[in-house]
Amino acid sequence: MEYSQKVMDHFMNPRNVGEIAEADGVGQVGNAKCGDIMKVYLKIENDIIVDAKFKTFGCGAAIATSSMATEMIKGKTLEEALQITDRAVMEALDGLPPVKVHCSCLAEEALHAALWDYAQKTGRTIDGLQEPKKDIHEH
Amino acid sequence: MQTKIYFDHAATTPVRKEVLEKMLPYFTEYYGNASSVYGIAKESKQAMERARKQVADAIGAKPEEICFTAGGSESDNMALRGVAEALEKRGKHIITSAIEHHAVLHTCEYLEKKGFRVTYLPTDADGKVSPADVERAIEADTILVSIMFANNEIGTIEPIEEIAAVAHKHGILFHTDAVQAVGHVPIDVEKMGIDLLSLSGHKLGAPKGIGALYIRKGTPIKPLIYGGAQERNRRAGTENIPGIVGLGKAVELAVNSMEEITPRLQQMRDRLIDGILEKIPYSKLNGHRTDRLPGNCNISFSYIEGESMLLLLDALGIAASSGSACTSGSLDPSHVLMALGLPHEQAHGSLRLTLDWDNTEEEIDFILEKLPGIVERLRQMSPLYEAVKG
Repeated sequence: MEYSQKVMDHFMNPRNVGEIAEADGVGQVGNAKCGDIMKVYLKIENDIIVDAKFKTFGCGAAIATSSMATEMIKGKTLEEALQITDRAVMEALDGLPPVKVHCSCLAEEALHAALWDYAQKTGRTIDGLQEPKKDIHEH
Repeated sequence: MQTKIYFDHAATTPVRKEVLEKMLPYFTEYYGNASSVYGIAKESKQAMERARKQVADAIGAKPEEICFTAGGSESDNMALRGVAEALEKRGKHIITSAIEHHAVLHTCEYLEKKGFRVTYLPTDADGKVSPADVERAIEADTILVSIMFANNEIGTIEPIEEIAAVAHKHGILFHTDAVQAVGHVPIDVEKMGIDLLSLSGHKLGAPKGIGALYIRKGTPIKPLIYGGAQERNRRAGTENIPGIVGLGKAVELAVNSMEEITPRLQQMRDRLIDGILEKIPYSKLNGHRTDRLPGNCNISFSYIEGESMLLLLDALGIAASSGSACTSGSLDPSHVLMALGLPHEQAHGSLRLTLDWDNTEEEIDFILEKLPGIVERLRQMSPLYEAVKG
C-alpha cells in the first residue's frame, strides 16, 4: 500500500488544522471503534464559507482527506460546498489505496454535519442537505 | 524514506552475513537434488543433515524429529491440520487461545468448517493464558492443545511447561507456535513437554521461505503436501537446500549468542519502555512487563492512531509497526490487543518496536528523542485530545 505524493504532502503538512472559536457550524463524525473521527469547524458569512478548520483522529488518509476537503470548501457558497463529494476530494489527492477509500467518506460526512449544525442554529434550510447519519461518536 | 533504523524484527529480520555466506555455495556449486545418488547430491544431503542437527540441538530435539517446511505458517498449518486429520476418529476438539497468530486461528476456523470444535481461550490483561483455563476447557474428545510460546505483537511469554503438563496429564498432544521465541528464549522440548513446535527462519536471521516443524517421535500426523518421500514422508517436494543450510546456521548462531545478546536486548528494551512511559503522558505498556520477549516493546498512546505515527516515524527513517486497523488492512484493530480488553481507541493507537542483535543504544536515544514530538503533533490534531487538555 502506498500513498500518492499529494496524500503525503497533506498528511505531513496538513492545512487548516485547529478550531474556530466562534464557529457558525461544527460537525463531528466517525467513531473510535473504526479508528477515524473528524471534527469540522466552519465560519460562514453571507452564505459563503470564509474559513474552515478541522481536527482528526485517524490514519494518514483520514488526515490528508480532512486537509484537502477543508481547502476545497473555503470560499465556496453553501450550495457549492454541498456539491463537493468524497470522490472529488479523493481525486484531488490523486486517489487513495483501495483499503483507504472509506476514509474519504468521513470528510464529506463531517462537512455535511457542520452545515446541518449551521442550518439548525440559523433556522434555515439548505437545498439538498440531509440530517447527518451519525453525528455522535461512540466510545 | 530510506530506512535508517529498523525496529520491526518481529515482522522479519535481515539475513545475517554469516548465514548468507554458508548458503551461497548451495545455489551454484552444490546444487544437487538431495534425493539423487551422485557426488554433488551427497553434498546437498550432508549439508541438509548438518542443518537438521543444528536445529534439533537448538531446541533439545533429535534430528529425525525436525521436518523442514516453507515457514512458520506452513508449520502451524501442518501441526493443526496434520494432527486433526490423523486423530479425527479419536476426537474432534481442539484448544487454543484468542491471541494466536492467524496461521493458527485461520487454520482452526478451517477445521471448524470441517466439523471440528475449537475452544479459543481468553487471556488475562497481560496476555497470559492460564493453565487452569486449559484444564477446564478439556473435553472427552480433545485431541490437541495449541498455545503460542510468545506472542508476536505484545511479546508476552506463555507458561508453556505448565500448559504442556496439563495437556499430557489428560493424554492430549501439545503444539506451540514458537516462531517469535526460538533463538530469543531458551527452549527444551524434552524438559518442557512439547510434542510439536513451529519455527521460522526469517525471524532470526535466515531467509524468508524456510521454517521447520518439530514433531516428537511417534506423534500421529498426516502430511499437508503429497508427492514424494522427502522429510520421512511427512513433507513432499525437493528440499530447499540453501534455505535449510541458512536456517541451521541462523538457529545455531542465535542460540549460541543468546546468553550474550539477551541481557543487552533486555536492557535496551527496558530503557525504551521506561523512557517512553516517562516522557509521554497517557501511554500504556501492552503485554507482560517481565515475562516478555527480550526485544519487544508495545505501547498504546491514547487519542492518536497508529498508522499516522508509523508514517511520521518513517519520515525520520524509522521502521516500526502498529496494531491499528489501518495497518491491518481491515476495519478492525489487532485481535491480540482487543483480547487483552483494550478499548478500540487504545488498540488503534498502539506502536510496536521490536529490537534484535543489530540495534544500538544510539538508535534507542534517537527514537526517545523524536517520539514525544510525533505523539504530541498528532494529539494536537486529535478531537479526542481537546477534552483532556481542558
